[in-house]
Amino acid sequence: MSTVTAKKRSTKKSTPEFSKDTYLNWYEVMLRIRKFEEASLKAYSQQKIRGFLHVYIGQEAIAAGLVSALRKEDKIATAYRQHGIALSRGISSDKCMAELFGKVTGVVKGKGGSMHFSSKEHNYIGGNGIVGAQIPIGTGVALAEQYKGTDNLCVTMFGDGAARQGALHEAFNMAMTWKLPVLYICENNKYAMGTSVERTSNVEDIHKLGLGYDMPSEAVDGMSPESVHRALAKAAEHIRAGKGPYFLEIKTYRYRGHSVSDPGTYRTKDELNDYKDRDPIKETEEKIISEGIATQKEIDNIKEAIKAEIAAAVIFAENSDYPLGSELYDHNYVQKDYPFIMD
Amino acid sequence: MSRIITLRDALREAMSEEMRRDETVFLMGEEVAEYNGAYKVSKGMLDEFGPKRVIDTPIAELGFAGIGVGAAINGLRPIVEFMTWNFAVLAFDQIVNNAAKTLAQSAGEYKCPIVFRGPSGSAGQLAQQHSQTFESWMANVPGLKVISIIDPYDSKGLMKSAIRDDDPVCFMESEISYGIKGEVPEEEYLVPIGKAKVKREGTDVTLVSYNKMMLVAMSAAEELAKEGISAEVIDLRTIRPLDHETIVESVKKTNRLVVVDECWPFAGVSAEIAYEIQKYAFDYLDAPVTRVNSADTSLHYAPTFVEEFLPNPTKVIKAVKEVLYVGA
Ligand SMILES: Cc1ncc(C[n+]2csc(CCOP(=O)(O)OP(=O)(O)O)c2C)c(N)n1
Ligand SMILES: [Mg+2]
Repeated sequence: MSTVTAKKRSTKKSTPEFSKDTYLNWYEVMLRIRKFEEASLKAYSQQKIRGFLHVYIGQEAIAAGLVSALRKEDKIATAYRQHGIALSRGISSDKCMAELFGKVTGVVKGKGGSMHFSSKEHNYIGGNGIVGAQIPIGTGVALAEQYKGTDNLCVTMFGDGAARQGALHEAFNMAMTWKLPVLYICENNKYAMGTSVERTSNVEDIHKLGLGYDMPSEAVDGMSPESVHRALAKAAEHIRAGKGPYFLEIKTYRYRGHSVSDPGTYRTKDELNDYKDRDPIKETEEKIISEGIATQKEIDNIKEAIKAEIAAAVIFAENSDYPLGSELYDHNYVQKDYPFIMD
Repeated sequence: MSRIITLRDALREAMSEEMRRDETVFLMGEEVAEYNGAYKVSKGMLDEFGPKRVIDTPIAELGFAGIGVGAAINGLRPIVEFMTWNFAVLAFDQIVNNAAKTLAQSAGEYKCPIVFRGPSGSAGQLAQQHSQTFESWMANVPGLKVISIIDPYDSKGLMKSAIRDDDPVCFMESEISYGIKGEVPEEEYLVPIGKAKVKREGTDVTLVSYNKMMLVAMSAAEELAKEGISAEVIDLRTIRPLDHETIVESVKKTNRLVVVDECWPFAGVSAEIAYEIQKYAFDYLDAPVTRVNSADTSLHYAPTFVEEFLPNPTKVIKAVKEVLYVGA
């Protein structure tokens, strides 16, 4: 190892900000998402997954920060680009992959597909296919936490495109008025389909939208789990103290097109490469090694384990059954003998 | 002279011709300009008409639909594209409470000549929120006209009529039929709003349908022909106002009616047709009016659900045999 890193290490504080476990966990969470998404893209190209597929590749550091900075009891509501968030909540790769394949063993029994995972056990309210719909819904989930007197919060995530829906303003206003325990996160990946942020508004700094309601609002670097964690931890503390909502605009990037069918011709290769140069998985691995946080062997073990986990998930999904067509009638009403029109 | 073009091209020609003809016509919606349309319907229109008349909006359906309504009230003729009608739900306040009510509330002084257009209906495994069929919803509203198309010729002529119409029109397309090809004249023509069309003549049973369910009805008719059953197939083309006369004329000949309708059954287009036909052709019916709809459920993701949910030729053939009282 070079003397430069040795020097760096010697000037480090005696108690590092984040533990070895935290770094390795971040690395594992991010790598799991990346490999899961790569496998899902492959399965899509083989037509084993159908419909829309919006992958999370490039945005993994946000999911990592959520894992370390929040509690399992906190709720999360997000949009359709959500496989990574679901995985970070601890929903198994098997169940997530089977859902993409439309199999009955999926996290919602093949009913939701790519856009609509959810799991009560994991306090995962789920992914929403209507842009912005989850902003008031997450706010309502937070209202219920306040109502029940818990100190849990609801993380309510949405894209830069969704930030232009009017519902954001109605929700922000009520959340501030009622001091609801909601942490709003705008995952600003610069584009809503083919529309760049600057083409949607004269206010390019999306976090400023919170200021109109006196909501504490900040921009955050979303390419590093450290910076995401710091921002989330500070916001969560504020919210748990009963001071009301917090808004973080986390600046990130999606490496792939909007969905599988989008060639992404509206952006330059240089822009994409600039972000890939700061890839959070690559950087975290480099940091772990160069700062001696863990050994190459430990990293390799994680890589091996994730590779095996994802390969097994694909096999699990393939070998599972489709739900029966007749299950179409399940889960439309709680009432078991609801009289459907059957003609 | 005519040529074979896609439905997508037919719609674009209609919009472009009307924009050349009338400066007050403009197009707005998500991704319509620089991205050339989510489904490429507006491809090249930004280049021809510029950003004043082909306008990219943020994702803000309620806002831009309302801006369309205001512009229509003030003398323009907006075409508002929704990426799909599922997202127009966010704009129902402006369509239902405002566009449809403008004329009434101003005692006829202000009209609202606007076209709201986009795909309606399922498009594969897109799950509950992206698979809904909106013809019944919109047709329930007095003040709106509703068109739903599949054939390129009809689509072009009806889109031009819709843009020229002085009332608000909801225009329903389908993601999976934009590539359908058909013969379309080079010369200008219009197709009138409110007229159904017999697409296949027959004598034993009448099938009524619209939009992509026409493909199901036509293929069922072909199968039935092999068994010696002659089905007449009518494409409604306009849902509101409903052309019950064309259906009644056909039922007078066939005495049996099956409606093939992607909308949900409850209070849907099929229910309205069944009502009107029992009212206007009661004495000609030899069997109850029967319908094949999407299932009375949300559409979940897995392929087995899509198969179970949608009308298909097998279900239509079964319904036809029921009204003919022949064994399956
Ligand atoms: C109400 C509504 N309008 C339009 C769409 C179609 N649509 C799906 S995703 C999307 C872009 C959203 O971009 P953004 O919020 O930035 O999220 P990202 O895809 O970047 O994660 C659009 C327009 C939709 N699903 N819902
Ligand atoms: Mg975005």
